[in-house]
Amino acid sequence: MAQVSDTRKTGLLRVRVPVSQWQSILSAIGIWVVFFGIWVLATQLAWVNAILVPPPGQVVQTMFRLFAEQNFASDVLVSVLRVVVSFAMVCAVAVPLGLAMGAFPAIDAVLSPFVAAWRYLPAPSFIPILLMWFGTGEAPKLALLFLGVIFFLITLIADHTKEVRKELIETALTLGASQGVTVFRVMLPAVLPNILIAMRQMLAMAWTYLVIAEIVASTTGIGAMMMRARRFLHTDEILAGIIVIGALGLLFDMAFAALHRRLFPYLQEVR
Amino acid sequence: MAEVLLRIEQLSKAFPLAGGKSLTAVENVSFTVEKGSICILLGPSGSGKSTILRIIAGLETQTAGTVRLKDKPIRGPGQDRGMVFQAYTSFDWMSVGKNVEFGMRINGIPAAERRERAAHFVNLVGLSKFIDTYPSRLSGGMRQRVAIARTLANAPEVLLMDEPFGALDAETRWQMQELMIDVARASGTTIIMVTHDIEEAIFLADKIVFLSSHPGRLREVIIPDFKPATRIKAKEQVLELPGYGAMERKIMGMMREEGERV
Repeated sequence: MAQVSDTRKTGLLRVRVPVSQWQSILSAIGIWVVFFGIWVLATQLAWVNAILVPPPGQVVQTMFRLFAEQNFASDVLVSVLRVVVSFAMVCAVAVPLGLAMGAFPAIDAVLSPFVAAWRYLPAPSFIPILLMWFGTGEAPKLALLFLGVIFFLITLIADHTKEVRKELIETALTLGASQGVTVFRVMLPAVLPNILIAMRQMLAMAWTYLVIAEIVASTTGIGAMMMRARRFLHTDEILAGIIVIGALGLLFDMAFAALHRRLFPYLQEVR
Repeated sequence: MAEVLLRIEQLSKAFPLAGGKSLTAVENVSFTVEKGSICILLGPSGSGKSTILRIIAGLETQTAGTVRLKDKPIRGPGQDRGMVFQAYTSFDWMSVGKNVEFGMRINGIPAAERRERAAHFVNLVGLSKFIDTYPSRLSGGMRQRVAIARTLANAPEVLLMDEPFGALDAETRWQMQELMIDVARASGTTIIMVTHDIEEAIFLADKIVFLSSHPGRLREVIIPDFKPATRIKAKEQVLELPGYGAMERKIMGMMREEGERV
């Protein structure tokens, strides 16, 4: 009996009991140590074909070699530019449209059925026709990223705008605000933090479509490099490409998080 | 008799329901609000008191009847009828000072005058120390003070308050009620407040409009004339006045009848 109550006090798994900072750091390191450990073991003990699964050390070496000798940086730059340019275009359209839909039911009634339908069309299904329309330059890749992300971002922004509390809007109106002032001076700043969060979520999706575009129809960019490597069985180069994509995604995510803290200091917890 | 600022005549409001039916929230209510007075709309839930306030604010449209402010019928919300809600309405992205300036800013008051007036009203509600603080750093009572200062600084003809202290704890609520006496003394603003707190109603009111429920009809206009002409700030002094107990018992009796009627 005594033992039972002891485990309850000190057990590892306790519902919603927060962990210490040390435990969370150790846990985070631990899971990656286990992951790379299994990877190293699997290659060392020849559980897997070394051509198909190169050891992690080799992948890291290859990554440095790619940057140093094969001008990988220009591929990375091309990919980053594609994401940034197309995502900027997406935001330029989605923010005003989403805000308008969230603020004015009359606009929502027109656009919502249209946007909802497009959301269910998988963007990659447009690749063949985009290639026919735009040829093989940058345009079809940018168009794919644009189509893949825009309808989701519009919907997210519209939904967040609809959640702006009625009392805030009515306060503005009873202070004498016009429709325009209410939308731009009250609803927009109220929803802006959520818009930035929605952008952060959708940027991850833009990376997904970028890789699809570059694997299917491109001679430049990280995805294209990985497809070239496939032809020569360079699995280490493919894995290096995946790691770089992951690192870039994480970097952009952190940049958005930093921007959020910077732009909205009033949302920070008081220390 | 003081000048009538707001005249409500034969006001009715029905909300459409599914299946072509409608729910009558307010039926044939008439009363007046005198300039510089505090008018309390009191009644059980379902008496349409908030609906009446929202019609005065221009946030709802009546089905029948008229609301006139200085003899002009109301068309939609406007700067002349500022509203304070029960829910917090601070604009979290602005400091307390900028919140209070907001109404003046959108109504084209020059920056220097804006700042001066904001400082005055922030001081009136006792938040001078917090003028540069974000509202999210403040307690619930302080946020309601910001909302009151913001509305007053915008110089409305009438201050509308929809159960403004309903979400506050008892101690803060009582402090806010006394603050309203300060506000009424200092600004002379006409106030219409919705509440279901009998003590709050008698303490603040120059006139209590008591509404019965389902549908909301005017049951009785009660004047707490046992109070002296100059407003008393200390609540316990009002509670001690002869006449307070009788009025509280009378209104509690009316509330009870309304409850039993359903």
